[in-house]
Amino acid sequence: MEQIVEYFLAALLVIGGIFAVIGSYGLLKLPQMMQRLHAPTKATTIGVGSALIASMIYFLVFEGKISWHELLITLFLFLTAPITANFIAKAQLHRAINKDELPPTGVGSEWATYDPEVKTVDPHLLSDRDPG
Amino acid sequence: MILDYAIDFAFLCFGLGLAMNLYRLFNAPGVTDRILALDTMVINVLALLVLYGIETRSGINFEAALLFAMTGFVSTVAYCKFILRGDIIE
Repeated sequence: MEQIVEYFLAALLVIGGIFAVIGSYGLLKLPQMMQRLHAPTKATTIGVGSALIASMIYFLVFEGKISWHELLITLFLFLTAPITANFIAKAQLHRAINKDELPPTGVGSEWATYDPEVKTVDPHLLSDRDPG
Repeated sequence: MILDYAIDFAFLCFGLGLAMNLYRLFNAPGVTDRILALDTMVINVLALLVLYGIETRSGINFEAALLFAMTGFVSTVAYCKFILRGDIIE
């Protein structure tokens, strides 16, 4: 039984390591920023999740205690990875496209503070800060 | 027995990934690439901590890993927010 679990854990660790290398290599290799965003946020997260699950099963089978920390870390990583990817994509869009090239919003506010409900925005709010 | 070899292989893989992220961090075409490289480095270091925990058969590293995950997420979001709005807390 323990032999089978050991082989299973070894397979999980090897697969996770390969996924991590693929993610980091994609960060170097892919041509555009928006494509480079995909490699680390998906492949590396899977790799780390695999290593964490392997650790949890190891401590459950060989040490005889359930450790919830790994499950917490896995859950946290899988929740936060899309959020960071979304934020980085927004930052990239903000830097890559000039304000003049954007289509008009159709409402009183700009895209950064877009709200379809708001018809007009107080002008001094728009000129209050320089977006840089 | 085979688990020790697998842990060594995983250490090698995550370390290689960390080295590639470091190269990208110093050799990036834009600032968003640097943020992405830093975020990936945090994830890779997290995996190294977990692997070290398996190798030494101790569960003492997991609090450190959890803190790493949280600070990594908050710092990435703060950096992106700074680029987007010129400010972190408005």
